[in-house]
Amino acid sequence: MADNEKMFQVQVITPDRIFYTGEAEMIEFTTNSGQIGVYKNHIPLTTVLAPGAVIIHEAEGEKIAAVHAGFAEILSNQVTLLAEIAEWADEIDVGRAEAAKKRAEDRLSAKTADIDLARAEFALRKALTRIDVKDMK
Amino acid sequence: MASMRDIKRRRSSIQSTQQITKAMKLVSTVKLQKAKNRAEETNPYFNYMYQTVISMLKRSGTIRHPYLSAGESAKKAVVVITSNRGLAGGYNSNVVKLVTDSTFQKDEVKIFAIGSKGKDALERRGYEIAEDYSTVMEAPVYEDAAAICKQILKAFQEGEIGEIYLAYTHFKNTVSHEPKLLKLLPVEFNEEDSTEDSNILMNYEPNEEEALDLIIPKYITSLFYGALVEAAASENGARMQAMDSATSNAEEMIGDLSLKYNRARQGSITQELTEIIAGASAIS
Repeated sequence: MADNEKMFQVQVITPDRIFYTGEAEMIEFTTNSGQIGVYKNHIPLTTVLAPGAVIIHEAEGEKIAAVHAGFAEILSNQVTLLAEIAEWADEIDVGRAEAAKKRAEDRLSAKTADIDLARAEFALRKALTRIDVKDMK
Repeated sequence: MASMRDIKRRRSSIQSTQQITKAMKLVSTVKLQKAKNRAEETNPYFNYMYQTVISMLKRSGTIRHPYLSAGESAKKAVVVITSNRGLAGGYNSNVVKLVTDSTFQKDEVKIFAIGSKGKDALERRGYEIAEDYSTVMEAPVYEDAAAICKQILKAFQEGEIGEIYLAYTHFKNTVSHEPKLLKLLPVEFNEEDSTEDSNILMNYEPNEEEALDLIIPKYITSLFYGALVEAAASENGARMQAMDSATSNAEEMIGDLSLKYNRARQGSITQELTEIIAGASAIS
């Protein structure tokens, strides 16, 4: 049901490579103020990404990736995600993510004065995102 | 005239130097290839980031934001990216010169050094080295750039420094690298650089100021990272050139010495013959 009228350009760019470029019907991702889904002809919007899954609905199916930190620029016929880290579901190492999750949880629960709370929380969110994305697959 | 043995010794020493420079040239050629690819892969991210930030700032003329105005402190932070290893021709000294020849007063500059060559050179000249991140240069990754950026921005926010500059070597192509001094903060931009049409009314979430708060550090990090990757490519390019000319100079010297050696050998044979003939004619 590839309807050309509904398709728009999607680009996901990371510092190391052009992660994804193609046409999609809808894209879902997580921003600082919650999850959003974008269709064609969205109002122009620049928003900050939070760690979360990105689901690109292409004509032939969907693609799932984990994205941590960055921002998104949405124009009526183009969406660009500038992500610091992005990985496809099959690139994720669940073992490492679980270990990172445990580490972050330990650090948060230890509640000693010298820990960087924000950093530990961010690490935890990153690990959870990775695990989530892997499960979605 | 130098003796045959002296010339021979000299020649073999130059030959072994040539072998070293040749090997170094090959190694840096391979490294350059890798570094160049990385620099090219970083480009789209960096360009997009630049465009986005420019178009944001263009529309945000009225916003007062700490990142957009100079801090109260007169101190200037200069991030100097050089290499950890020498034998790269003028690569390191060009970047150092950029700082020493600039209009900055020595006592108002704080150096954040990435690369020990630049750090040593500036330290000798009496600059204040605030921080040394030389290990990063071995293999620059994005996380390193982010960590350095965070630390410098913190100093900026706390008012320890008022302006941030970046001195690095821009990688134009394999044979041409250009030392550059960039002003990072407060953010400045050329009106002409923006290609996007400004008719689109962009919305920001959560709001413009918070978005700026989050995006500008990312922008600076991407600049850092881009500069690191380009500097790595330039370093290897400069070393490749330096080693190439060293190898060909050695070649020339060896040729010259071979000629001298042969002449000396010929000379000694001739002398021996003359002595024998003279001896023989004296007896008869």
